[in-house]
Amino acid sequence: MKLTEKEVRYVADLANLELSEAEVQGMVKDLGEILDHMDRLSLIDTEGVQPMRQVLFPASEAATLRADEPGPCLTNEQAIANAVNAAQGYFRVPLVIER
Amino acid sequence: MDIRRLTINSIRDGLRNREFSARELSIEALKFAEQENPRTNGYLRFCSARAMEQAARVDALVANGEDAGVLAGVPVAIKDVIVTKGVVTTCGSRILETYRPPYDATAVERIEAAGGIIIGKTNCDEFAMGSSNENSAYGPVCNPVAPGRVPGGSSGGSAAVVAQGAAVLALGSDTGGSVRQPASFCGVVGVCPTYGRVSRYGLVAFASSLDHIGPFARNVSDAATLLHVIAGRDVKDATSAAAPVPDYAGLLDGNVRGMKLGVPREYMKDASSETLSQIEGAVERFRMLGCEVREISLPSTGYAIDVYYVIATAEASSNLARFDGVRYGMRAEVDGGSLIDMYRATRGRGFGAEVKRRIMLGTYVLSHGYYDAYYVKAQKVRARIAQDFTRAFEQVDAILSPVSPFPAFKLGEKVADPMQMYLSDIFTITGSLAGIPCMSVPCGATSEGLPVGLQIMCKHFDEAPMFRIAHAFETSVA
Repeated sequence: MKLTEKEVRYVADLANLELSEAEVQGMVKDLGEILDHMDRLSLIDTEGVQPMRQVLFPASEAATLRADEPGPCLTNEQAIANAVNAAQGYFRVPLVIER
Repeated sequence: MDIRRLTINSIRDGLRNREFSARELSIEALKFAEQENPRTNGYLRFCSARAMEQAARVDALVANGEDAGVLAGVPVAIKDVIVTKGVVTTCGSRILETYRPPYDATAVERIEAAGGIIIGKTNCDEFAMGSSNENSAYGPVCNPVAPGRVPGGSSGGSAAVVAQGAAVLALGSDTGGSVRQPASFCGVVGVCPTYGRVSRYGLVAFASSLDHIGPFARNVSDAATLLHVIAGRDVKDATSAAAPVPDYAGLLDGNVRGMKLGVPREYMKDASSETLSQIEGAVERFRMLGCEVREISLPSTGYAIDVYYVIATAEASSNLARFDGVRYGMRAEVDGGSLIDMYRATRGRGFGAEVKRRIMLGTYVLSHGYYDAYYVKAQKVRARIAQDFTRAFEQVDAILSPVSPFPAFKLGEKVADPMQMYLSDIFTITGSLAGIPCMSVPCGATSEGLPVGLQIMCKHFDEAPMFRIAHAFETSVA
């Protein structure tokens, strides 16, 4: 197989994604097959080709930038309205730094 | 008034001649949509209050003899990956089940500014990831014209509600074919405009270098009008283009004589025989309309699927990192757990199988040791695919192909094999990678009556000739 169980767990850790045992097994198979297919990319000659990092059109790079001026934005109340756990204008999360 | 056959023009005439008010029309449209929804599951929710408020605004303008806008009174459905202020927007995911956006997408704002009436939010594959609409956390959508079959994806709900007459227009999003493929499966018109033509502000990001908002309609002219309304520069999206937006619908003169059309040989060999025979019929028709049709080659086509699934998943893994249970969406509390434990549990429980698969794939191709082999390599091959098109458009004005290798497949048929599902996007992905405008226009049906879509692709910002070609074809078969 292209991908080991250990690698799947490592990648899931990088992605902050909890996977069940069955999901890990499924990923080993599915991702392995997809990556095998993707390996065909190594067959194509791209010597001297610049990577296409943007879908750019003939325009100066700064042409689409707006003036750097503050405008209206969400109020604090609107910004936290969708949080499951918020109080006194802040998002609440489990303790990060112990004193 | 037959609600299922309304068009922008018939609504404008109806309002002008006082046959109905925007309010009456909206009530009828919502009633019909709610009554028909169990057949397709195309709508996830309706926004009657918002629709009625907007209808009252339109009626007031009409009563005062003022211009109510080109979409005045037209019922529009919005894919649930596009945010609507105060109206729950789930992206087809459990993780956003209760999310009420505090703002409107620019495209939504422009539709309402043009008098359009937003009547509801449509079902889709979770975060627009899928080709069949079976990846929605809220159940699959059924194809209204082919019972037991998928409507295509990921904008399956938008395609279905337009096909069944439960909306006159709809917005979808297209990252690798998610407007065009469902349009072809449901027998309606679907457009993926040039990258940057329509502001992505308020479109929940999947793959930022590939995402487009695009219109659905039952005819080419209506799709062209909707694109005209939503297109153009928006300061809230730095990638939106400042290029002038022509009056697409006003340019539909039916004349395509002398236009040069290319048919890529690489696209014809992988299509099913029934799909192919419809496309060949369309090619013949264009010859009769006075077009010059020639075979062309897009040699890098065979690698497009691999390029797409590297780039799209890489961008998705980064974009979806924001769903962590802190600012919006569900949160899975872990007793005595750390912040990271909370992130992991929230994401593990909130995302569905396909979204997890793509986050994993994207994280893998961006991870140390694989970045150059997969991600940078894919960006180089993407440049070659874009070059293929640049060269082709030196010889032809537009390219014709099937939208999908096969018509609507059966519900459940491809769920177990993700690679097979990915391969169904083979003809739509190339145009997405190049950022060119592409559309699907109905092009006959198979012997079983399953709709086939013809894809028309043009060079960057050439939506006007693309619509002209589609409209000439539509008129000639009518």
